[in-house]
Amino acid sequence: MLSLTGISKSFGRLPVLHEVSLAFNTGEVHALMGENGAGKSTLMKVIAGLHAPDGGSMRLKDAPFAPASPHAALLAGVAMIHQELMPIPDMTVGENILLGAEPCGPMGLVDRSAVRARARALLAELDCDLSPDAPMRTLSVGQTQVVEIAKALGRDADVLLMDEPTAALSDHEAAALFRAIARLKTKGVAVVYTTHKMDEVFRLADRITVLRDGRHVITAPARELDQERLIAHMVGRPMSEVFPPRGKASDEVVLEVDGLSRKGRFESVSFNIRKGEVLGLAGLMGAGRTEVASAVAGLVPASSGEMRLRGSPFRPQTPGEALAAGVAMVTEDRKGLGIVPALPIRENITLSALVTLCHGGLIDRTAEAEAARSGIRDFSIRASGLEQPVEQLSGGNQQKVLLARALLNRPEVVVLDEPTRGIDVGAKAEIYALIRRLTDEGRAVLLVSSELPEAIALSHRLLVLRQGKVAAALDASETTQEEVLRHAMPL
Amino acid sequence: MNLRLDRSLLHRFGILLVLLAVGLGLSLATESFLTVSNLTNVARQVSINGILAVGVTFVLLTGGVDLSLGSVVALSGVVCATFAHPSADGHPLFLPVAAGLLTGAACGLVNGGLVTKGNVAPFIVTLGMMTVARGLALIVSGGRPVADMSERLTALAGDVGGVPIPLLFFAAVALAAWAFLRRFRLGRHVYAVGGNEQAARAAGISVGQVKLFVYVLCGLMAGLAGVVLAARITTGQPNAGVAYELDAIAAVVIGGTSLSGGIGSVAGTVLGVILIGVINNGLDLMSVSSYYQQVVKGVIIVGAVWLDRRQARG
Repeated sequence: MLSLTGISKSFGRLPVLHEVSLAFNTGEVHALMGENGAGKSTLMKVIAGLHAPDGGSMRLKDAPFAPASPHAALLAGVAMIHQELMPIPDMTVGENILLGAEPCGPMGLVDRSAVRARARALLAELDCDLSPDAPMRTLSVGQTQVVEIAKALGRDADVLLMDEPTAALSDHEAAALFRAIARLKTKGVAVVYTTHKMDEVFRLADRITVLRDGRHVITAPARELDQERLIAHMVGRPMSEVFPPRGKASDEVVLEVDGLSRKGRFESVSFNIRKGEVLGLAGLMGAGRTEVASAVAGLVPASSGEMRLRGSPFRPQTPGEALAAGVAMVTEDRKGLGIVPALPIRENITLSALVTLCHGGLIDRTAEAEAARSGIRDFSIRASGLEQPVEQLSGGNQQKVLLARALLNRPEVVVLDEPTRGIDVGAKAEIYALIRRLTDEGRAVLLVSSELPEAIALSHRLLVLRQGKVAAALDASETTQEEVLRHAMPL
Repeated sequence: MNLRLDRSLLHRFGILLVLLAVGLGLSLATESFLTVSNLTNVARQVSINGILAVGVTFVLLTGGVDLSLGSVVALSGVVCATFAHPSADGHPLFLPVAAGLLTGAACGLVNGGLVTKGNVAPFIVTLGMMTVARGLALIVSGGRPVADMSERLTALAGDVGGVPIPLLFFAAVALAAWAFLRRFRLGRHVYAVGGNEQAARAAGISVGQVKLFVYVLCGLMAGLAGVVLAARITTGQPNAGVAYELDAIAAVVIGGTSLSGGIGSVAGTVLGVILIGVINNGLDLMSVSSYYQQVVKGVIIVGAVWLDRRQARG
C-alpha cells in the first residue's frame, strides 16, 4: 500500500530520521515502536505531510507520494491522528468530526442535520454515545481523543496513522478503539500505530517495526517477538522494566488535606502525605484525580476544605502561591499547561525558579545557564543544546524539561499527574528512579497514574477515587490491581 | 552558535538588507537623501513612532494589542500643553512632562485593568480607549489647539550638540527595553505569557500582573510620545496622532514580532521603525503625491513582512 525508501529528516543539526525504509500493507496493523526521540512521531508526520523529508521517497498505491501538506496527504488517502490533540474548542463535536469534509447542499450551505447524523454514525462505530451537538470544550481528554479518531474514520482513509491513540483512553474507550481498528483491517486499511503499552502491541499489531535513534532496527511479525526481545531492540540492550523498591517513608506528616471539595468535581477528600512517601491517586478517568491534584497545587483552587502544610494553613489560590509554599506540580497537559514552545530549553527549565536566579529582578545568566545545564544532565534530556526551542523536542524530553522545572525550586511536595504518559520504557525507568530519589531526599510525592502496575509499585499508599469521593485507602504493598479496580468501579 | 540565534540573526539580517536596499535606492534616486540635514530630519520624525513602537512591542509580545496609542498621544499632548502654559503654576518643565506621562500611564492602567480584571479582549478594550481618549482630548482642550507653551518645554524637541533630543528619548527607551526584555525576570515573563499563557500561570507566574505591566508601560510610552509631539509642534493638538498606533504596530511586525505573542525583539522593532521612517522620507523627497504614498507604504509593509516570513521558513 505505502512504501518508504531511505527517508531522512533533521531538525537543525539534530538528525531525527536516518534513511528509514519500510512498507505498510493493506489490511494490516503495523506498530512503530521505539523510545522517545527514536523518530516515530517524526516518521508519521513525514508520511502525513506535516514535515517534508530531507531525503528519500515514498510510494502510495504504486504512485509517487510526496504530500506538500496534511491536506494533500488526506486527499491522497492518508489520515493521521495526532498525539497532541488539535480540536477546535468552540465548535461542536459533530462540526469537529466533519471539519473540512462538511456535507454541503447547493451553494455550499452546510447540511447541519447531515453533519449530526454522520457524526453520530461514526461515533456509534466507536461505541461512543457522545452527542454530536456537545461543545468540544466540555469534553475530557479521553473523549476528545475518541472524537479525533472518529474524524479520521470519517475520511475513508487508505492509510491511517495513529500516534499513541490510547495514551489518554480509559480501558472501555480503548476496547472500543480496538474494535474499530479490527473493522478498519477488514476494510483493507493500512493502520500504522505507535504506543508505549506493551500488552496492547501484542494484542493489536500484525507486524512490528522498531526504530532507535532515527534508524530502522527491525521489522518482524508480532508473533515472532515477545516483550523481552522487543524492549531489547528498543533500548539497544537487554533490560526488563523494573520498578525501584520503595524508599522508607518517615512518620512526619508534611501535607494534611481535610474535607477538600469542589462542586461537581470532588467531595470531602481527606488524606495526608508524610516525608519521603509516595501517595498514589488511583481511579478511572473522570473520578477526580487530576482535579484533586490541581487543587493541592493551586491550579484550580478547591471551593471548601482545609489544607495544612507543615502544620500551617495552606490555601493556594494560584500555582504561584503553591510554589512559594513548597508545592510544585507537573501536569498531564504537557502542551496546554506545560511548555512554552518557542522558548529555549534553558528558559523553560528556569521559568518557575527565576526568583532564585535573580538579583533585584536582573537575571543572573551564569547561574541560570548552570541551573539549566544541571537540569539537562540530571534528567538526561536529549537535545542539541541549552538554546534549542523546546517545541523541537520529543514528548518524553519535553516531559523531562517540565520535571526539571518543577524540581528546580526544591519543593517539599511534588504533585505528578501522569508523569509517564506517552513516554517510552527507557524514560519511564528514569522517571521511576527519579521518584525514588525524591523520596530519599525527604520530599513527599502525590502521584496520579492511570497505569495500575505503576501506581501500585511506586506508591506507599493508594487512595482510590470513585466519582469524586474517596472509595478506599489501601496499603500499596499488599493490594492488587483487582482490588484497586473493584473500589474504582462506579457502583 | 545555535539554532535560535541563527534564525534571529537571519531574521534581522533580512530586514537590514531591505533597509539598506531602500537606503541605497534613495541615495541614487535623490540628491538630498544622504545629507546630514535630511538624516537628522528622518531621525526626528521616526522618534515618536519609535517610542510608541517600543511600548507596543511589550503588549504584542504578550499576545495583546493596543489600538488606543494615537488618541492617548493626543490626550497626553493636550494635558501636557495645558500645564505648560506660561501662566500656569509650578515648574515649567517638570510639571507638564509629569502630567503628560501620568496621563498616558493612567490610560494604560485602565486598558490593562479591563483586560486582566474585566477579562475583556484587548482589541475591544483599546478600541474603546481609542474613542474615549480622543473625546477627552477634545473636552480638555475645548476642541481647539492648546498653544502658548513655555519654551522650557518646547526645547524638548530641539537639539543637543546637533542630535535631536527626541532621538535621544527613542534611543534611551529602546536600549532600556532591550535590556529589560533580555535580562530581567519580568521581561522573561512577558515572553512566557505570550508563548503559552496557561503554562506561564501553571509555572507560578502572575499573568495578570505581567499584562497590567505591559499596558501601563505602553500607555506611559504613549504619554512620552505625546509630550515630545506637543513640544515639536509647540501646541497640544487634540486631533494629533490619528492612526499612529497602526504605524507603530506595523513597525513592530516588520521587526519580526509575532502578533500572537511570545516571539520578537526590541532590536527588530527599531529596524522596523527606521524602515518605515526612511520609506516615508523617501516618498516625500521624490515628491510622490500623498495619495500614492499611502498605497506604496501599505504595499511595502505587507511585502516586507511577507519576504521576512518566507525567509524564516527557510
